[in-house]
Amino acid sequence: MFMPKRRVLIALAFGSLFSATLAAQETPHLGKAISEEQLQGWDLIISPDGEGLPSGNGTAAQGKEIYEQQCAACHGLEGQGGAGVPGLVGGSTKSRPALLTVGSYWPYTSTLYDYVRRAMPPTAPKSLSDTQVYQIVAYILHLNGLVDEDVVLDSVSLPRIEMPNHAGFIDRSQVQ
Amino acid sequence: MSEINNQNNKESLERVAANGLINRRHLLGLGLAGAGGLISHSVLAADSSRVEIPAWSKMPGRDPSGYGSPSSFVGSYQRLAGAPNAVLPGSGVSRTPLHLLQGNITPNSLHFERHHSGIPAIDPAQHRLVIHGMVRQPLEFSYEDLLAYPMQSRIYFLECSGNSGANTSATAGDSSAAAIHGLLSCSEWTGVSLATLLDEAGIAEGATWVTSTGADGASMGRSIPLNKALRDVFIALYQNGEPIRPEQGYPMRLFVPGWEGNVSVKWLTQIKLADSPANFRDETSKYTDLLPDGKALQFTFPMGVKSLITSPSGQMSLRRQGLHEVSGVAWSGSGAISRVEVSADGGRSWADAHLDGTGQDLALTRFRIPWIWEGGPAVLQSRATDSAGQVQPTRAMVLANYDATNRYHFNGIQSWSVSAQGEVKNVYA
Repeated sequence: MFMPKRRVLIALAFGSLFSATLAAQETPHLGKAISEEQLQGWDLIISPDGEGLPSGNGTAAQGKEIYEQQCAACHGLEGQGGAGVPGLVGGSTKSRPALLTVGSYWPYTSTLYDYVRRAMPPTAPKSLSDTQVYQIVAYILHLNGLVDEDVVLDSVSLPRIEMPNHAGFIDRSQVQ
Repeated sequence: MSEINNQNNKESLERVAANGLINRRHLLGLGLAGAGGLISHSVLAADSSRVEIPAWSKMPGRDPSGYGSPSSFVGSYQRLAGAPNAVLPGSGVSRTPLHLLQGNITPNSLHFERHHSGIPAIDPAQHRLVIHGMVRQPLEFSYEDLLAYPMQSRIYFLECSGNSGANTSATAGDSSAAAIHGLLSCSEWTGVSLATLLDEAGIAEGATWVTSTGADGASMGRSIPLNKALRDVFIALYQNGEPIRPEQGYPMRLFVPGWEGNVSVKWLTQIKLADSPANFRDETSKYTDLLPDGKALQFTFPMGVKSLITSPSGQMSLRRQGLHEVSGVAWSGSGAISRVEVSADGGRSWADAHLDGTGQDLALTRFRIPWIWEGGPAVLQSRATDSAGQVQPTRAMVLANYDATNRYHFNGIQSWSVSAQGEVKNVYA
């Protein structure tokens, strides 16, 4: 791999050092500047506080048809799930056996939007429009009795919906 | 494996635990004369006809080849790959045939797989790695850019969070070591320190988490704390010396040593610094551990201290009585393996196994101990201890901590029963 002579020497000199304390000028600096604006539509990450949610909106009433077209074949008309397919509705973390669904387990509505947009439907991920995702998310939340069918969900209202299991997780991230 | 037919020699071996476990140093210390004495009966029993020069010593062999392949006589060295998933295309696993392997390194072709939307075919010339979010200057790197960076090579295990989950079920399946524990592999990984790239982008004040996504169909994403990312996380470009395979994330994957495999995001394309985790589906709905009270552990990152005997193991048969080498692998997400004990009587008595490896942090360590099978029933177990002082728990101890439906992070002791006929089976003991 071709490298300018100066970089070769630097790579040789520091090839065994990997530390956040390396002074900035001692590493190759080959990255090209890019702006967050350029990443809109590419960066699909949505935080629990709603950061990253796109414009657009949807209601459960609007979502029924697209859910039945795109989701129901696997997840069931009522979101009950099927063989090898998770249920979306009902369930409980305390039943025996426990039944973990969007309604009983998922802590944030942001996760639902994020996952449907990035990964669903499995045969054609990212084929749904942002508006269709709002509609489907609203319909799944409606099947769980969490929103009425005419409530408009958008980047402001969706993250305000508190999921039943939002306090159900114990953060172990600093047990390292 | 060697064989002992001489009852007198067998009785002279130092017993270190019940039911046939013996001191390996004692056995090795017998020297050539002693070992000759042990196997003399089987040599004398062999065919006495004249030894012939084999046909392959009387002709030239085949020419060199560009990319090698195993001997056609080796037989089937294959991953245990599941059937295609009709509902979730590309979602599935293949498992490393641990029971067929020796040493500590997994061949690239046999490294386990777990995909959530299949294996993308990525042209490295068109792939980008973007670092953005809470940084001073968002940056985009090409594959070729990264090849020019200083690299590091480290031997690390990788284990799926769901590995061994089969042994949480109510009844013990009659399964092989691969089928139960094969979501475990170990490679030498080479790549670029993430800290170097984050330094170049400039970590903004207040950033505490690193969120990453892959370029697969599911754009699988995970979040890890920044303190771990700066400690030892890197972007892997090579595996056992060659570019990482497509199923391992070609052209690049995140590698998070010692932690549940899912956080080592494959086909890595996005690194976004934030002040909180993204709470992706695969760190909320999945890969979380449900507890008996209905709460769940989230972000259970280091894999627990663990070991298993790979030889003999489930679905194997002992074809003769006498001396066998019991061998297996041990590992921990919290450091190095400092001790492995083996029992041949279901955990009532234990003997220290020999650790055959360098004792490196976060890598597989091969253990071995001689065992004389005298034809009676036995239950073989192994129990690992790591450099942090953690001791591998029993299956019952692990299960008591979780709801019965939990399948993640199971590190209970594996029990293999040996019947009087020599059949080896997975049991709960």
